[in-house]
Amino acid sequence: MNKDLFIAFFRAGMLGYGGGLSAIPLMKREVVDRYKWMDDDEFSDILALANTLPGPVNTKLSGYIGWRLNRWTGMLSSLAATVLPTAFLMVILLTLLNAFKDKPWVQGMARGVIPIAGVMIGVLAIDFLKKAGVGLGWPLTVILVVASLALTEFAGVHPAIIIAVLILSAFIPWRKKGGAS
Amino acid sequence: MIYWQVFWAHFTSNLLGYGGGPATIPLLQHEVVDRYGWMTNGEFSEIVALGNGLPGPIATKMAAYIGYDVAGIPGAFIALFATVAPSLILMIMLLGILMRHKDAPQVKRLTKVVRPTIAVLLGVMTYDFFFDSFTGSGWVHTLILIVVAYVLLEVRKVSPTWVVLGALIYGAIFLGG
Repeated sequence: MNKDLFIAFFRAGMLGYGGGLSAIPLMKREVVDRYKWMDDDEFSDILALANTLPGPVNTKLSGYIGWRLNRWTGMLSSLAATVLPTAFLMVILLTLLNAFKDKPWVQGMARGVIPIAGVMIGVLAIDFLKKAGVGLGWPLTVILVVASLALTEFAGVHPAIIIAVLILSAFIPWRKKGGAS
Repeated sequence: MIYWQVFWAHFTSNLLGYGGGPATIPLLQHEVVDRYGWMTNGEFSEIVALGNGLPGPIATKMAAYIGYDVAGIPGAFIALFATVAPSLILMIMLLGILMRHKDAPQVKRLTKVVRPTIAVLLGVMTYDFFFDSFTGSGWVHTLILIVVAYVLLEVRKVSPTWVVLGALIYGAIFLGG
């Protein structure tokens, strides 16, 4: 069982490029179609659940599915398969790059990837902005964007504080409704 | 002390990063670059680019490297633990409650309401990276790399691995001086 879990999440992890979200359909193929550990609806439920919590989605999915199928050892096998191979590659690659930092061509390589990282993050920024506009409406989105920019960049407020306040604000109407019903 | 800082930086970034791995990146940058000063923006951008070029979840790859860079192999495991464990433990513990409320508007709003802030943080980070590149490599190279990377990634849908590899080669040849 644990070996199957490891293989399933290893395959999904190694084939999923460009951040976690691309691996989710691959996970579904392994978990639902290949190994038939759960059906489509159940997988969608778990995904929806993972999305209501913060942090990386993949590890919540693989860790939870592993835990459900085989408790602690299942969870650890799934997590190890999702996280360790690529984490290891990452450490090796960057350590190698850093070892030759005094060579001009390696410094050039490091300079070459900075704008690429900018494009990748910029695309994410636009993506988040669009989703915010659709989800919250543009007036509220613009207000929150301006306020966040002013607070983090000009007033020097730690972004974690702003996010924590926003998270709490999402719960206020819920408490009122809960009290009324 | 350093282990505790590594844990705390990753713990807060991931616990407040609503919207999956990408949402945690600017929070992590804030901790790693601005707060603890473990690396420069340029070094952080290398991690982002290489992290995107390799398969698998981005947050854990970044955590492993940052932890390793700051505090060796134990640091890597502490950073990974801080990234993965809190939300997974929450998920297992709160399963019943979450199942009942996952379609509640309040829970859905939770993800929505933080998006504009995350967008701003990502936008500022984009500016930082472009500005770094502009001062380090000049505007001609920066502009070429930005336009080509954007077209390849977003229009032609080329895998990030090839784009990062191309940028490394371009940098080695043209930006090594």
